[in-house]
Amino acid sequence: MSKAQPSSDRIPMNLRTEALEQLLVERGLVDPQVMDTFIKTYEKDVGPLNGAQVVAKAWTDPEFKQRLLDDGTGAIAELGFKGPQGEHLVVVENSAEVHNVVVCTLCSCYPWPLLGLPPAWYKDPAYRSRVVREPRTVLAEMGLELPTDTEITVWDSSSEVRFFVLPQRPPGTEKLSEAELAALVTRDAMVGVAQVSA
Amino acid sequence: MTATIDFDIDGPAAPPRSNGELVFEEPWQSRAFGLVMSLHESGAFTWEEFRAELISAIATWEEQETPGEEYSYYQCWLSALEQVSISSELVTASDLTGRARDLALRPAGHDHDHDHGHDHDHDHDHDH
Repeated sequence: MSKAQPSSDRIPMNLRTEALEQLLVERGLVDPQVMDTFIKTYEKDVGPLNGAQVVAKAWTDPEFKQRLLDDGTGAIAELGFKGPQGEHLVVVENSAEVHNVVVCTLCSCYPWPLLGLPPAWYKDPAYRSRVVREPRTVLAEMGLELPTDTEITVWDSSSEVRFFVLPQRPPGTEKLSEAELAALVTRDAMVGVAQVSA
Repeated sequence: MTATIDFDIDGPAAPPRSNGELVFEEPWQSRAFGLVMSLHESGAFTWEEFRAELISAIATWEEQETPGEEYSYYQCWLSALEQVSISSELVTASDLTGRARDLALRPAGHDHDHDHGHDHDHDHDHDH
């Protein structure tokens, strides 16, 4: 196949998209209702709240946490979370010694069933290249200053594997319920560019 | 909208401190997303085939990067979708270009909402 662009870059992207959609629908290759359901699902239903529930359960249920670390995909399916981009989920646990951060250097691989679609900065060329080269600096710029003796591990999702960070449970949260804990967990903490604070 | 691809910690590409950001910035982006999901689910192509084209489109953009040109992830996504649709023989490049040019020739007022992807547009006569 030639790598030439199939339609001129001078044609606006909305028209290129509309042209492709029309042709595919006319040929019976795409069902508009199925397509609309996909869009609505990822716009409204699938998001970081799913991942936050997984984190809160792992913090309060040691057996679940062990299953999560052993077989991420299997463990999240127990909570009903599965689907595209969740097939090979690997959960990496933060500790006082090691901080994990996730990137996809080549495109935008991301654990959709737990976090929804990735934010703009995750897809940005600058984040994708820089977090590998200078993770401590990038994290500091994003508001996360780590102690110099904390080791930083960068996980590149550019393979079949989708990585997900299990953040540290913040101190002072011993009496909180699972639901109260889940409310503390942010998307950024589950990508590893933030920590959870109480 | 930022005109730089520098790591802009204060601009629109900045990491949000909350989780409430729009998933799609423009309607055509959601249509391009939905097309990939639908075609993948129906088995028209595998995720790996699409992903290879997406990686290629992103790499091409980064190689050709021109100062001041804003990075558009979904532009790469759309290019990848077009390529994989052509290589999977769902459409031809000339089909796509021809249809897009027809759409561009719609009279003013006819396409002011074209990027909403309204289903009713599909039945329109394009021979203006």
